[in-house]
Amino acid sequence: MLIKCPHCGTRPVEEFTFNGDASIRRPTSNDPKSMDQWFDYVYLRENPKGRFDEYAHHSSGCRAWLVVTRDTQTHEIFNVVTARDYAKKRVAP
Amino acid sequence: MKYSVFSLLKNTLSGHKKWPAAWRDPQPKKDYDVIIIGGGGHGLATAYYLAKVHGISNVAVLEKSWLGSGNVGRNTTIIRSNYMLPGNNPFYEWSMKLWEGLEQDFNFNAMVSQRGVLNLCHTDPQRDAFVRRGNAMRIDGVDAELLDAEGVREMYPFLDFNNARFPIKGGILQRRGGTVRHDAVAWGYARGADSCGVDIIQNCEVTGIKTVKGKVVGVETNRGFIGCKKLGLAAAGNSSEVAAMAGLKLPIESHVLQAFVSEGLKPYIDGVVTFGAGHFYVSQSDKGGLVFGGDIDGYNSYARRGNLPMVEHVIEAGVAMIPGLARVRVLRSWGGIMDMSMDGSPIIDRTPVDGLYLNAGWCYGGFKATPASGWCFAHTIANDAPHKLNAAYRLDRFRRGYMIDEKGQGASPNLH
Repeated sequence: MLIKCPHCGTRPVEEFTFNGDASIRRPTSNDPKSMDQWFDYVYLRENPKGRFDEYAHHSSGCRAWLVVTRDTQTHEIFNVVTARDYAKKRVAP
Repeated sequence: MKYSVFSLLKNTLSGHKKWPAAWRDPQPKKDYDVIIIGGGGHGLATAYYLAKVHGISNVAVLEKSWLGSGNVGRNTTIIRSNYMLPGNNPFYEWSMKLWEGLEQDFNFNAMVSQRGVLNLCHTDPQRDAFVRRGNAMRIDGVDAELLDAEGVREMYPFLDFNNARFPIKGGILQRRGGTVRHDAVAWGYARGADSCGVDIIQNCEVTGIKTVKGKVVGVETNRGFIGCKKLGLAAAGNSSEVAAMAGLKLPIESHVLQAFVSEGLKPYIDGVVTFGAGHFYVSQSDKGGLVFGGDIDGYNSYARRGNLPMVEHVIEAGVAMIPGLARVRVLRSWGGIMDMSMDGSPIIDRTPVDGLYLNAGWCYGGFKATPASGWCFAHTIANDAPHKLNAAYRLDRFRRGYMIDEKGQGASPNLH
């Protein structure tokens, strides 16, 4: 797999460290009543076959956190954005 | 037909042209008492023990491809029971005991070969950890022997004992560990289950799970609807996809693990040797090929093939452990899809859906568990409650905080 880092250009997969599903959202509440949301966030995954947003750390490059959109069946990469842009876009209406 | 020296002689005289098929190829019936989704090792073993131990033979195993096309034919064939945590040890030791009697039990040569599994250690703290694990094993009645560097050298003189980064200081040996012919496990269980009346239906892909008032009533397949009273999922890497058909979200991610085999060599490596620090393990098949592997690639995948950096990493680690490997040529590499759970341990349990049972989360340790997994899953399905041996493998253990995390990595499936 070749991943096009927004800062460094096209780089080989071994420069990146993957950290799973980027679509899950961290709960904001510390209220014990929100335990179900926390359980969901920490342990449960959609684990899709097909299009998947995942965190990738460019650990042997610019060290930026990225979100790679990739097909888990073919390993085809559709899109790479910074984790910051991904989060901003998600918050926007 | 029972396989024996007499059946062999008889069929030799007829030129081996009259052997009957080992199992039938039946059309699916309208409904069954139990349907198992997944015709791999665990699914077939479950059907076998349901029929043999619990007398439930109105069972179908649905396999979307050909029998044994998944991980039971893609693993590195190692069996062992050298775990540490209380929830794991008795289960894996029961698996080892079943392996020891398996061939007589299902009347099939699975080439169970207890040639020993050796884990290498390189530092004092690692040896301390091995001592602890060995003691935990022995408390549970599992065999464990601690070896010093000389003990290891006697067994495997060609290892790189003076490696600059990972000098070999000793190891922990389980002599009862070893290897099994993986395909034969699928074939033996399939034949055994079939002879008890279980229908093994290949090329039958489940496309939906039908429930009425929260209870499973059957499955939609590419060969039509098939009804059932109980449904067991043993779909390994595809567990999340199948469970989603019943509205369940699992604590599982699917990852690709690669494995390799070299050209055939003369007898070289007697047992199984693992180099955990470098992520490499190796054994030699009866055909002479070195069978070896390492870690998962580290990203979610359903592709059944990995990337080249991991190939390079595994082979580098192999050459670091056995410098002589540098001159061996690799014949093939392949990938399988691992159902990586959030604590590195499996799930054999009921689910919140009535009549639906789950067997998943085997990470890359599923093969050695095949007999006990099938045995415990059959018990769980037949009695609607887990057996003592799989009582720790509950689906709700993550919510309750009872993880079984041998590696202590936390909820990071790509690190287990």
